[in-house]
Amino acid sequence: MANPAVTASQTGPEVVAALEPVDNAVLGLWIWLSAEAVFFASLIGTYLLMRTHTNHGLTPKQVFDLPVTLVGTLTLLASSMTFAIGYAQLRAGRLARFRSWLIVTVILGLGFLSFQAFEFTGDYKRGLTLSSSPFGSAFFTLTGFHGMHVAFGVFWLLSLLVYSFRPAFKTEGVTKAQVAGLYWHFVDVVWVVIFSVVYLLGKVG
Amino acid sequence: MAATTERIPHVIPRSDAYHENKLLSWLSVVDHKRIAQLYLMAGLLFFLTGGIEAFIMRLQLAHPNGHVVSAVLFNQLFTMHGTTMIFLAIMPMLIGFVNAVLPLQIGARDVAYPRLNALSFWLFLAGGLLLNSSWFLGGAPNAGWFNYVPISNPPYSPGLGVDFYDIGLQIAGIGTLMTGINFLVTLVNLRAPGMRLMRLPMFAWTVLVTMVLILFAFPPLTVTLFLQTFERLFGAQFFSVAAGGNPLLWSNMFWIFGHPEVYILILPAFGIISEVVPVFSRKPLFGYTSMVLATLAIGFLSFMVWVHHMFTLGYGPFVNSIFALTSMMIAIPTGVKVFNWLATMWGGQIRFTTSMLWAIGFLFCFVLGGMSGVMLAIAPADLQYNNSYFVVAHFHYVLIGGTLFALFAGIYYWFPKMTGRMLSERLGKWNFWLTLIGFNITFFPMHFLGLMGMPRRIYTYAPGNGFTFWNEVSTFGVFILAAGILFFLVNLVTSLQRGEKAANDPWDARSLEWSISSPAPPYNFAKIPLVRGADPFWLEKMHGNGHMLPAPGQEHHHGPPNTVHMPRPTMIPLIIAVALLILGYGFIYHALVVEIVGFMVLAVGLHRSMFTPDPGEYVPIEEEPAEEVGADG
Repeated sequence: MANPAVTASQTGPEVVAALEPVDNAVLGLWIWLSAEAVFFASLIGTYLLMRTHTNHGLTPKQVFDLPVTLVGTLTLLASSMTFAIGYAQLRAGRLARFRSWLIVTVILGLGFLSFQAFEFTGDYKRGLTLSSSPFGSAFFTLTGFHGMHVAFGVFWLLSLLVYSFRPAFKTEGVTKAQVAGLYWHFVDVVWVVIFSVVYLLGKVG
Repeated sequence: MAATTERIPHVIPRSDAYHENKLLSWLSVVDHKRIAQLYLMAGLLFFLTGGIEAFIMRLQLAHPNGHVVSAVLFNQLFTMHGTTMIFLAIMPMLIGFVNAVLPLQIGARDVAYPRLNALSFWLFLAGGLLLNSSWFLGGAPNAGWFNYVPISNPPYSPGLGVDFYDIGLQIAGIGTLMTGINFLVTLVNLRAPGMRLMRLPMFAWTVLVTMVLILFAFPPLTVTLFLQTFERLFGAQFFSVAAGGNPLLWSNMFWIFGHPEVYILILPAFGIISEVVPVFSRKPLFGYTSMVLATLAIGFLSFMVWVHHMFTLGYGPFVNSIFALTSMMIAIPTGVKVFNWLATMWGGQIRFTTSMLWAIGFLFCFVLGGMSGVMLAIAPADLQYNNSYFVVAHFHYVLIGGTLFALFAGIYYWFPKMTGRMLSERLGKWNFWLTLIGFNITFFPMHFLGLMGMPRRIYTYAPGNGFTFWNEVSTFGVFILAAGILFFLVNLVTSLQRGEKAANDPWDARSLEWSISSPAPPYNFAKIPLVRGADPFWLEKMHGNGHMLPAPGQEHHHGPPNTVHMPRPTMIPLIIAVALLILGYGFIYHALVVEIVGFMVLAVGLHRSMFTPDPGEYVPIEEEPAEEVGADG
């Protein structure tokens, strides 16, 4: 359906291709991610407003455990790398290796989610909850929404894995993987910002 | 896509049921023109709902100490009136026009993501139905359309009404966001060969900017609705002052969305006027480039003015001055537009069709609304107008006198292309004059009431307040306004059944949609047209043979000859929307089983939508009716 963006001269019917068109799916995903960026910016702004409003309860300094968070962070960052390697394998036509790297990526994504579950249960035991203070509300909402994005990403990658066994994957697999990858890397980048703004700033600020 | 079809031939017959059964064909619709009809019909029904709510309020306020409704019900009425009109009536009807016209104007066969387009519609409908179901489930939301905290917090709004507001708007908002993404990709990727950006019809330009506004304005709304949902349903502490929360967070986040939203509502209306005025003046649009720049400037500035809704919240003179200045700056590009329309009419051969009358009525009423807008932007004076009927008068002048009048101009203009029949001009003129007169009698006195000190959102007033006379006048005007709308409904119903058959180009118009048959065939263009300049169809009528030339190198599917490869109908979008509807009710009622069911349906729907390839189907090309086009070849 995609008609390439081309230009024509005023008088004649001759058509000159101006730009290599971006695939609809890829362009749409980029545009969606720009909306996602505003979504997370709003949540991060909320957190920055609320992080000192602890309602005489636990403060960020008391709650955060940097070494544990660092492990979770590295897990997620590694998953971006493994996906990138897998995607390169797919582009080189090595489908089996792509699937292996995809499985590694999914496992790392699940690892990050376990880290988050571990962190959240610890916080709840210590008394920081969604309703304990504005800081708690903002913290769980921001990191929780990020976690849900990771969970959705895992669901997406698993679906991609299943899909890679279908015949249609041969024609549109690269685009499907590219789109999933864009999303996955974006979720990673958001975590880098959250790690800096929430955890590092929480320890020093 | 074509290659995929050959490999999965067994799915091809399935879509026949979707074409033959009328109900199924609507539930599985992916065609942008039929989705447009759904948007316009649903939007019209919500518009009538919101209109009835307003009518009851005016009856209540007609006399001092009125007893038509209670104070509690009045709060629900004004909340639902505003919310319905903005989110469920005006915006969907505008999106309906975008769907109906934009792909035709840029020479495309559909939007970039037809399924997502259907999903956008179903989500809007699901959100609207969920929100309105609150009337029957314990009472509608009652904290105003911008739902300020603390009044919308649990201690002050204990019922479920505000939850319906939060979740209903959330679902509808996701749909709108997807519309934004969809049309941006459509505008970038699906323009016909030769349709450069600076040859886009003005309507397409305003849609482009509107979709960017949607893209960046809706996520803050999504977030702040989530914050409030969490606060009300799960006990989060964002807004409650006792725990150290900040009510201003809601106000700011809401208006960071809310002000661009105002321009989401008016920019497509500007686009419609920019299509109608040149056609009925028989002149090209005056100052096309400045019009494009003005649209971009309005879009840019719309994100920098949100604090002008909060001049009285105590940000101080420095902040207020900055936002007062940025707000007044918007008057400059808007003025550019108004003068461009006037200059387009200047010296033109003006035809006073109903559509053109609406456009001229728009110019008068919208400028009045713009003037009171500049008055409201003066921060020190705003302390006087704030929360008074002057504000009510202002935004009804821009929303009715602006957007609604433009919608009427658009419906009289494009109805032939959408349905193949003409709307009656005779009923149309009754429709126009009664609505124009009734609108002004209803809303002009509200300026006076506001300046006299009548606050908005009061359910009654005392006889000695001095508000009685103008309130009586205002309510009297509503009857004329309602009669005008009634004429439109009669016109709509009779014209759909036995209106005059429309020619392909009944208005001697300029853009691509008029170069194809009325109504447009399912595939829009049998051959993708070649665009050789701005106002492409006019150009061919003046300098070509009156028909669009086919663009070379565009047809390359492997299907049967004389067919066009089009997207296949599917129920997946409806299933996803139903899943979110189930989830919404699950959250409102804390029903875990319902939530789980909703999540599962959602997961299945999402999976299928992401990983079920659309094999498409081949639609036969209809015979071109042998018709002489208005211009000499």
